[in-house]
Amino acid sequence: MSASSLIKAVIDGILTGGVYALMAAGLTLIFGVMDIINIAQGALIVLGAYMSYVLSVHLGIDLFVGLIITIPAFFVLGVFIEWAFMRRLRDQERTAMSILVTYAVAIIIEGVLSVIFGVDYLQLQAPYVNSTFHLLGFYLPYIYVFGFLLAVALMGVLYYILYRTHFGRGVRGSLQNRAAAELIGVNVNRVRALSVGIGVSVTAAGGMVFGATNSFNPSSGYDLISRLLSIVILAGLGSIGGALIAAIFMVTLEDVVAVVWSPVWATLVYYASLIVVLSFMPNGLFGKAAVRAQ
Amino acid sequence: MTRSSRTGWMLSAAAVAAIAAVLAGCGGSSSSSSSAISSSSGSSSGSATSSSASKSPVVIGASLSLSGDFSADGQAFEKGYQLWAADINKAGGLLGHPVKLDIVSDASSPAQVVTNYEKLISSDHDQLVFGPFSTLLTVPSSKVVNRFGYAFVEGAGGAPAAFGNGLKNIFDVSLPVIDNLVPFAHWLATLPASERPKTAAVATSDDPFTQPQFPAAIKILQDAGIKIVYNKVFPAEVTDYAPIATSVASTKADAFLLGSVDVPTVSAFIHTFIQQHYNPKAFIATAGPDQGAAFLKAIGGAANAEGVMVPNGWYPGYANAASQKMVQEYVAKYGGSPSDVNADVAEAYSVGQIVAQAVAATHSLDNSKIIAYLHSPVSLSSVQGPVKFDSLGENGAAAAFAFQWQKANLVQVLPVGSTGSKPAEYPKPNWGS
Repeated sequence: MSASSLIKAVIDGILTGGVYALMAAGLTLIFGVMDIINIAQGALIVLGAYMSYVLSVHLGIDLFVGLIITIPAFFVLGVFIEWAFMRRLRDQERTAMSILVTYAVAIIIEGVLSVIFGVDYLQLQAPYVNSTFHLLGFYLPYIYVFGFLLAVALMGVLYYILYRTHFGRGVRGSLQNRAAAELIGVNVNRVRALSVGIGVSVTAAGGMVFGATNSFNPSSGYDLISRLLSIVILAGLGSIGGALIAAIFMVTLEDVVAVVWSPVWATLVYYASLIVVLSFMPNGLFGKAAVRAQ
Repeated sequence: MTRSSRTGWMLSAAAVAAIAAVLAGCGGSSSSSSSAISSSSGSSSGSATSSSASKSPVVIGASLSLSGDFSADGQAFEKGYQLWAADINKAGGLLGHPVKLDIVSDASSPAQVVTNYEKLISSDHDQLVFGPFSTLLTVPSSKVVNRFGYAFVEGAGGAPAAFGNGLKNIFDVSLPVIDNLVPFAHWLATLPASERPKTAAVATSDDPFTQPQFPAAIKILQDAGIKIVYNKVFPAEVTDYAPIATSVASTKADAFLLGSVDVPTVSAFIHTFIQQHYNPKAFIATAGPDQGAAFLKAIGGAANAEGVMVPNGWYPGYANAASQKMVQEYVAKYGGSPSDVNADVAEAYSVGQIVAQAVAATHSLDNSKIIAYLHSPVSLSSVQGPVKFDSLGENGAAAAFAFQWQKANLVQVLPVGSTGSKPAEYPKPNWGS
């Protein structure tokens, strides 16, 4: 194993970690503001990939330009999901029951996609998907670089909305004390619906980048969910910036182990690192209490 | 939460789950088939369809991966079983009884497949059962099927793991996977010294289907002086192949052998190789390139497939009358072109053919008689070619081939000089050319 292989593994880990952070952002946001574990996140990512596929193949719209359409569409979808499924979940059973309900949502999405598209694997294609540029002796794929930059940009926007705006304060206030928030005029149902809409809309971007870097079919979401959950748990449930850091840390660690040691151990080390960190920091790198107080 | 609101919530959840189950089922979960197109399905009853239709049906159960990781293969298998059922019914059914398939989905789960076969046999009382997709699911399900004394004829469980449990009821109609890569390795080893690869890299999924294929191939390569510069196993559930594929690319090996079980694995390696400007002279993957149009769609078109090889026992252009008939029927029923018919369809169809021949020969649906017959030294035939089971239930008559994508078609290239083989492209053209 050469030094260049190690450096390349670190670079790959950072870039791929950005992609995973983008996919995990909606998951951590929805949990952070609603205490709902969205098992449908993987299915929503795949749905985002299929929407980008339709726009690209049937309408000739570039993958990134297509986000102008898919992000608002996913916002509406997120508001609908909150209204149709999540709003019915109340109080102390919300978190546990959300797993069952969102799993059903995932199965619905998988079923609809299977009917429409079949089960053959697809991958989004664009000139920059396989193209690379040469930097310091390494070939860097444009799609991963673009995906990383998109992740940083969108998560920055998310962070700003949640923690630096009046709306964001309303979101966090309604979670901390629903009754108090309502007393001061916050429409809690509306705030929560918008929050889920925002979380799901970001997933449209994650789905596009996932579809451009991986083959996918309607069932592909299930392979993602355990990995995404581990990222948001390590980050501290609800932490947007933490998700980016945690994703980069875990994916880079996994890539380095795969190159230096063995791919067989990479997955084990990935999850072992989660256990080790949680042993010392039970609330994750950026615990929920701190997150909500930001 | 009050009792009434809790009850309401539970009803809502039940309704959501019911909708979900129905929609997931639309992907093709449970079905029954008795439609008909033509013959050559293995029946020797000779009865007319009209007369068989009036008799009680023979129900054949099968668990298939209609969702989950193996959904593409599972649904192709379902088509193969349905094509066979249609043909056998057209030819008069089994012993004059129409065939009805009882297919349930296992969601690619080794636990669910066991439950499914228990249900098919003990609850549904299906008279016969066909195998699932993949060795991973065949191994656990074969044990429960054996417990009920049923014959377990299958088409996609050819790894040694399926035959190492001392079971006498399992029969694989396809090529034993341990020989899959031998023609490819022999071909490389016998190339003129000036053309022969100097180095080779091996990466394989941790799967009972892939790993047994490599020891024999690696030994042949090493005996020919080809140095193995990378040889690693990766977990079956990998979501990021980039570091592994990049490591392979960094070796610049002349030949690359990939132990894959599906299209996404091969697609990930190909995309990374393109990105890393690595183009091996020879590239073979144990599964994935045999998936026809589905493979081409995933890797970005036929140009990226040019020169990629896959071992198998069957391909759509196989010069076998029954095979060509099945391919025509497939295209007529499901559309597309012959290259869209992947080997899963033929493997499934072959299962039906072999069971039909056993039923006809024994004049019985008795599973013990079918098992005894299939263990006898009898030669059978399928769309994949001859079938003759050894004492373990492996098909010792199956021949190993290797196929290569050439100008958007998967063509037989190995063994060199065998009937139907065309010259292999070597070295493999560059990606996208």
